[in-house]
Amino acid sequence: MFIPCDRGGDSAAPDFKGFTLLMPAVSVGNVGQLAIDLVISTLDMTKVGYFYTDCLVPMVGNNPYATAEENSTELSINAEVYSLPSKKLVVLQIRSPFIKNKYRPFCETLLSWVKSSKCARVVLLSSSHAYQRDDEQLLGTPLRYLLTPDLEKAVGGRMKELNWKEMEKVAAYPGISDTEKVLHIPGGGITKLLFTESCSEGIQMAVLLKFCSEGDNIPDAFVLVNYLNEWLQLIKSEVNPSSQWKIPSSWRLLFGNGLPPALF
Amino acid sequence: VLLCQCSCYVAEDQQFQWLEKVFGSMQKKGLQVTILSTCPVADYKTQESTLTLVSPFLKALKTKEFQEQVCCPLLEQPNIVRDLPAAVLSYCQVWQIPAVLYQCYTDVIKLDTVTIEAFKPLLSSKVLKSLAKDASESTKILKKFLTTSETHNNIYI
Repeated sequence: MFIPCDRGGDSAAPDFKGFTLLMPAVSVGNVGQLAIDLVISTLDMTKVGYFYTDCLVPMVGNNPYATAEENSTELSINAEVYSLPSKKLVVLQIRSPFIKNKYRPFCETLLSWVKSSKCARVVLLSSSHAYQRDDEQLLGTPLRYLLTPDLEKAVGGRMKELNWKEMEKVAAYPGISDTEKVLHIPGGGITKLLFTESCSEGIQMAVLLKFCSEGDNIPDAFVLVNYLNEWLQLIKSEVNPSSQWKIPSSWRLLFGNGLPPALF
Repeated sequence: VLLCQCSCYVAEDQQFQWLEKVFGSMQKKGLQVTILSTCPVADYKTQESTLTLVSPFLKALKTKEFQEQVCCPLLEQPNIVRDLPAAVLSYCQVWQIPAVLYQCYTDVIKLDTVTIEAFKPLLSSKVLKSLAKDASESTKILKKFLTTSETHNNIYI
C-alpha cells in the first residue's frame, strides 16, 4: 500500500488526481526498471512515499540518485513513489524481484491504489525475451506497445501517427492454424497479468516494451526511455536524445568490482 | 532493552510475517532499533578489488528518524542490504521508527573473535554504553566464549 513520506499534521497527502503513473515491470534484463531510473534521475523527481508490500523481496540501500555528499544518506527501500507535479507525473520504482505466488495480490493492491488515487492512466515499461520472436518479429523495430480499450479511444490515433507497432498476438497452439490468438509476453513478469486486469477493470493502461536478452541492458534502457519520450515528451528530444538522460550514481560497478592487481 | 536473536534462516516469503509478529506486540512510541548483521566481504562493491580491503569492517545504514551518531561509515552506493535485516530496516523507515543497521563485512564463514570484535565500537554508543559491563574486558570474554566451541570445529578426530 502507498505510505506517504511526510505524515505531519499539517502536510496534506500527495494528490495524484489526473496524473500519469509510470512504472516498470520486473522483466527480462530489468529494462523497465533501468528506464525508470533514468526518468527519476534526469527529471530530479522528489520521493513522496513508499509502496509498502509483502509481495517483493526486501532490500535497502542509500539514495540511488545521490548527486552529492549531502543527499547521499537518505535510505531507500524496494518500492518507492516519486512525483513531478509540473508534468503531472507520478513514478513507482520497483527494485527487487517478486516473491513466489505474489503477482496477483500485487496487481490487486496496485490497481486499487490507481483507482483510489484517481490517476488518469498507467504506463508500464517492460521487456520480453528476444529469442521468442517469430520470423516476422525478427525484422524491424524491437519496440512494441499495447493499449487497454479505454486508452485506445484516447490515444490510439497518436500511436498511429508515431508509426508504432502494436504487440502481435500469437496462436494459442503454435503450428496449428485456425486457433485463437492470445497475448503472450514471455519474460515480461507481471506485464500480461497487469494488462489483462486493467482491461477488465476499465483502467487506462499503456504497455511499452522492448524485445531484449539478459546482458548489458543499459542500451536497451536508453532505447525504451527514448520510445517513451516520443509519446510523453518528458524531455526535449533534440538531435541526440540519449545524451539528455542522466545516469544515476547507483549504476556504478554493475559488472563487479575492480580486479585484484595480483591477477596480472 | 529487548534483545532479539535470530539464529535461523527466515525465508523471503516469511520475513513480512516475522516482522509483524515481532513488532506487532511492541509499543512504537519512543522505540529505537539497532540491527546487527554480517555478510561476506565478496558481496561488497567497490572500485578496487575486495582482496585489497582490510576486513572485517563495519558499515551502517540508518532510517530518516535516526538522529544519533553512527559508530562507523555509512554504506556507500551501489551497495545494498537484503534479507531479514533489510526487511526490519524497511519497516522502520516506512513507519518512521529511528533505526540503525550495522553490517559487518567479513571473509570468514565461521564464528571467530576477529569478526565479533569488529562490532566493538558499538559498545561505546549511546544506546549500548549502559549495557556493556567493561569494554576493556571484551577480548578476554570473547576468547572464553569461542574456545568452548572450537573443539567441535576441528575436522580431524
